[in-house]
Amino acid sequence: MRFGFFLREAGRSLRRNAVPSFAAMASVLVTMLVLGVFIPIVQATTGAANEVRGKVLVDVFLTTKATDADVERVRRTLTEDTRHVGNVEFVSKKDAYAEERKRNPEAYELLGSNPLPDTFRVTPDKPENIGALRDTLAPVTPSGERTVADPAIDEVKNRRDETTKILSATRVVKLSMAFLAILLVLASVLLISNTIRLSLFARRREVEVMKLVGATDWFIRWPFVIEGIIVGAMGGVMAILLLLVGKVAFIDPLKQDFSLIAAPETINFGLLIAVLLAASVAVSAAGSGLSLRRFLRV
Amino acid sequence: MAATERHVRARHLPSARRRAAQPVQPPARSAALPPDPRNVIEFRDVSMHYDEGDIGLDHATFNVRRGEFVFLVGSTGSGKSTVMRMLIKEREPTSGTIRVAGRPMDEIDRRRIPYYRRNVGVVFQDFKLLPNRTVYDNVAYALSATGATRKDIRAKVPDILRLTGLSTKLHNYPDQLSGGEQQRVSVARAFVNHPPLLLADEPTGNLDPHTSLGIMQLLYRIYRAGTTVLVATHDSHMVDRMRRRVIELEGGRIIRDEATGLYAQREQSTEEFGDMLDSAYRDLGRS
Repeated sequence: MRFGFFLREAGRSLRRNAVPSFAAMASVLVTMLVLGVFIPIVQATTGAANEVRGKVLVDVFLTTKATDADVERVRRTLTEDTRHVGNVEFVSKKDAYAEERKRNPEAYELLGSNPLPDTFRVTPDKPENIGALRDTLAPVTPSGERTVADPAIDEVKNRRDETTKILSATRVVKLSMAFLAILLVLASVLLISNTIRLSLFARRREVEVMKLVGATDWFIRWPFVIEGIIVGAMGGVMAILLLLVGKVAFIDPLKQDFSLIAAPETINFGLLIAVLLAASVAVSAAGSGLSLRRFLRV
Repeated sequence: MAATERHVRARHLPSARRRAAQPVQPPARSAALPPDPRNVIEFRDVSMHYDEGDIGLDHATFNVRRGEFVFLVGSTGSGKSTVMRMLIKEREPTSGTIRVAGRPMDEIDRRRIPYYRRNVGVVFQDFKLLPNRTVYDNVAYALSATGATRKDIRAKVPDILRLTGLSTKLHNYPDQLSGGEQQRVSVARAFVNHPPLLLADEPTGNLDPHTSLGIMQLLYRIYRAGTTVLVATHDSHMVDRMRRRVIELEGGRIIRDEATGLYAQREQSTEEFGDMLDSAYRDLGRS
């Protein structure tokens, strides 16, 4: 009975205030549309940035005299005793020689023998931890020189210049994307709540009268919240329909040709729909309920 | 012990309405008295200052008995509306105690205000109807706000609208009605819950004399049905004609309280009247 009454009240005020309701719905529609386009873009960009960051690694060069036992011992140290280790890849003398010779055949022809040591390519668990990883493998002595953690290790190198550049560039990309996303969400919430507030402001006298005849705050508020849910859901559904049209018409045909669009890191469309619908309903319902508070103080 | 006795006696007294003349207690001494169960409204030394420094009410003390019909008169800014606003708890007194039905109003916390207001019907000068609801729905809203069922509403609303003479206007919107009709709707809405107390703040302020008479008759009928009615008004003609109790305010002070008064003060000066009240009070204390 109660719920039916609130539903009827919400329906009545939607019909009676068609223009402000439509404005609120349109602002939900627009913001959700923008969010729906922006979320996959943010994800694709950060995904790409992460992929680049995955290439950050440390080269552990062993001494040329290292035996197979030495190699095994170092491998065990790396995989079991060292922190911040993500992935360990062993490149033997032979492999390194073959690789390098392919790149620069004449020079190696000239050289005759193989001067290259066995190498471990160690990827840190997180790109930021690369410094710590290097310090564990090649601790710095009090005198400022670098020693090595194992006698079989000759030198530990990270590709310094490259690493710092990649780290700072991807950090900038991630931060600016996060900043844009926050700005956008904030703007959407303000836009929606402002539109709702306007439509409530037009009805503040009504709220005042309701309070004077002894209606409780929630008795007045529920129809407004339900109205907000209806408006939000309608705006959200329309935004999703438009996104769906855009996806089917533009994105899907392009997927075959451009790998960035097909990037596996972007959000699943079903999940995106759920997030957008939940967000639009929650924002406009909360917006109605909270904006009303000011007028309820009678 | 004495207090209990008085309470018991009070309950066995004949209905308050027949005791037209009643003593008014002087302000200073009354502040310490226990609540009298015969009083629906009790103002004890109540002052109210607005934030801007204006005085809304200045040490006002008066009682309204159950089943009384009282006029509150005075020029604009004399404090009539302040009294009304405090009685619906839209404003809080700066000092002093207000009791309604024996209960101090400052005990009612914010969340309980709606429940309190359901026991007080209010009629305003500007009607305060919901503009986008029909006459029927305006009255029905007040009922459903109190948690009435649909069956209840269907039974009660046509009744009260018949009582107020609006049977033919059920499905009209407020802007399709005359001022008098709108005020009738507002009276119907105020009375549909059958509250024990009905407040009317300038109910005829926007109406012509003939229509005013109709509204006043309606309020009188409600009073005859046993409801306590407090009417703030400018309408001297109406007050003189009805000859009911009159409380006059000026600058927030009560300057006159007569059991069957006229709008304008006639024979007695304020001082003489105050002395008379004092002696009446002393007599009461002695007996």
